[in-house]
Amino acid sequence: MQDLLTDVFPLRGGRAHEVTGQGATVFAAIICGIGQRSDRRPAMWLVEDWRTEGLNPDGLAPFCDPHHLLLARVADQKTMLASAEEALRSGALSTVVAEVPRELSFTAGRRLQLAAEEGKATGILMIGEGMGNNAAESRWHCSPLFSPKFRQDQVVMPSQQTSDSTLQRWQLIKNKSGTLGCWDLIWDAETRRVIVVSEAGERPHSAARGHDDAFCPHVAAE
Amino acid sequence: MTTPFALTLQQSNAERLYCLNESAERDGLQRGMGLADARALCPQLQTMPADREADGHFLQLLARWAGRFCPWVGLDGEDGLLLDVTGSTHLFGGELALLETIGERLARGGIAVQPGLADTRGAAWALAHYGGWGGDEAGAARHDQSPSCPTTQQVSHQASRLDTRLAAPGKALAAIGGFPIAALRLEEKVCTGLMRLGVRTIDALHALPRATVTRRFGLEPLLRLDQALGHREEAISPLSEAPHYGVRMSLPEPIGLADDVMAVAARLLDRLCDKLDRQGAGARVLQLTMRRLDMEASQVELRLARPMREALRILPLFERGVGEVDAGFGIDMVRLEATVVEPMADEQMASVVLSHGRSDRKVEGSASPVDHALDDLVSRLGSRIGLENILRFVPADSHIPERSFSLQPAAWTKAVKAWSSPDGPFEGGRGSAGGACPRPVRLFPPEPIVLPLSAEPDPGRREPPAHFRWRRMQLSVASARGPERIAPEWWWEDPAWRSGLRDYWWVETRQGWRLWLFHTPQNRLSHLSSWFVQGEFA
Repeated sequence: MQDLLTDVFPLRGGRAHEVTGQGATVFAAIICGIGQRSDRRPAMWLVEDWRTEGLNPDGLAPFCDPHHLLLARVADQKTMLASAEEALRSGALSTVVAEVPRELSFTAGRRLQLAAEEGKATGILMIGEGMGNNAAESRWHCSPLFSPKFRQDQVVMPSQQTSDSTLQRWQLIKNKSGTLGCWDLIWDAETRRVIVVSEAGERPHSAARGHDDAFCPHVAAE
Repeated sequence: MTTPFALTLQQSNAERLYCLNESAERDGLQRGMGLADARALCPQLQTMPADREADGHFLQLLARWAGRFCPWVGLDGEDGLLLDVTGSTHLFGGELALLETIGERLARGGIAVQPGLADTRGAAWALAHYGGWGGDEAGAARHDQSPSCPTTQQVSHQASRLDTRLAAPGKALAAIGGFPIAALRLEEKVCTGLMRLGVRTIDALHALPRATVTRRFGLEPLLRLDQALGHREEAISPLSEAPHYGVRMSLPEPIGLADDVMAVAARLLDRLCDKLDRQGAGARVLQLTMRRLDMEASQVELRLARPMREALRILPLFERGVGEVDAGFGIDMVRLEATVVEPMADEQMASVVLSHGRSDRKVEGSASPVDHALDDLVSRLGSRIGLENILRFVPADSHIPERSFSLQPAAWTKAVKAWSSPDGPFEGGRGSAGGACPRPVRLFPPEPIVLPLSAEPDPGRREPPAHFRWRRMQLSVASARGPERIAPEWWWEDPAWRSGLRDYWWVETRQGWRLWLFHTPQNRLSHLSSWFVQGEFA
């Protein structure tokens, strides 16, 4: 029995969440966009300054509004956590995304959680594969999904923007206040919402079953 | 300089002499003459373009220097200073001695001066500009600076002629009576008119019946005459001192607790912000200096994201810096200075209604509490990671993907509305052109892909390879869309684009990755793979 995505998404505000996997950037960008639209506060994205993989505002535009997205470059993880805490607590931002390359301590996670509560902001920690700490409200594993079948059928494609509304698999692998879940969905840039495509029994990802299926309880039960 | 030299200025489409030295004047050149004519008259003339802005700046400095002679110093036109020396001449040994001192000191700096000193501003001006009239005027350099001192007086650095530049009290008419009409600061048109009627000197004008002059030329000639003769008063407006944004507090007993320092800072800030408010300015950089008992001083510098002058908002920003200061044996003096100040308009207070839900329609220029909170946050984070590290995406006009935007410090830029409006439906943004040319979410420096060994290198091949390795992953292409050809910008030298054209492909792999590949068809020299990955899609 799987919950509806709407029970857990959009993410609970005033909490810090974790996201991992290849699709984490898009997931975070979508959260930023939701935050920007719902309470008109900008978002901030914290990265360590040695990273070469930069965000591309033109690519982010379908998901969130790049001109209300601030980018903060920090020197190391300690500064990043301190900055993220300050940013969350300030109340000036709707979403704070931090690309955290190394494991967080429970204390650090909890501090971010408290800061997010105080500033009524959503914290997104982009963590590496297999990391995570217990203080997080929820943890998501996001990855782009290849589905030839889905492509052939063109089942639900409200907008024909196949490039932007690409198929994603979002797995909720930790949830403090609810059950876990696994959804395949597309992003509809026109209406700016996610459309779940895999609620029926037929699953569109048969061609590509990687190791990460283990994360997905639904699939694991099959 | 002994050779003819002149500064030139572009005036209504012609290069004209703006200023020239004595040697050039001796050769018959004049101010305002066309440069071509001047060269014809004097082939060895050397010229340089005039820098009026720097001249103005220099005059300001000179005005500041002139403060040593009297407290009231004003500017007169572009090349004159106006000193109200009433009551201060005796300090320099009399009026003549004052003129001598001024002349000497300026001559030491290589500045020729034409002074004039009289009871009134008008008479002093006339003496300064026409003081050598009737003498060997041709020899006198008309130079940059001509201090004129009004109400009481004004002046030439040749001591022998200084007395001709001085009008004894009450003798203004006698001193300037023989000067031409132009010495009254009249408009060119009025001057010419009077000259045509045979009124050439100030004396002649003074002798005319007043009513007839007014009927013919309006009020101006007589007004100027009256001002020069002291029948009508004329004030000089001294330059105002540049405001100083520094306050300090000495303490009777040393303090050492961060809270106490903050309390002192709060009081100082109140005073400073009052000052800023009066001047319509906002502080951009603040420096809090704490002097300890042992005369060591520690400083906390606060760089603000926006010019600010609200003490209540600035104070909390100091907390972090003050907390890190080592008080040693105690702090007995605290000084707060706004080292960088920017003009700041009065803000309209955004009403509560406007800031909730309708902030998109808020009055242009007014800042909502959200903006304030964001500025404060940027300032606070800036003190931790540096203001230049908090960036904002700014669209740039380029087809080159990595140059289609730039990252600018958020503290010096405003959000632009170029990508998309948060309220309107998504148009796909500016660059992505409605999805026709999708752009990746992440961009990175091009990474070459490794083609399988079995695939024979085929330089002519245009489609992406079916299998390749990238970042130690074996990927196989499921679908590809493209190409989108992007040409390098030839006017912009960029080593990364030396390889010429790029054909970009949107490639979906069976492994899930959606990559932005490009191929450089013009690059036939390289034996390496000519396929690169430059970005990652959603």
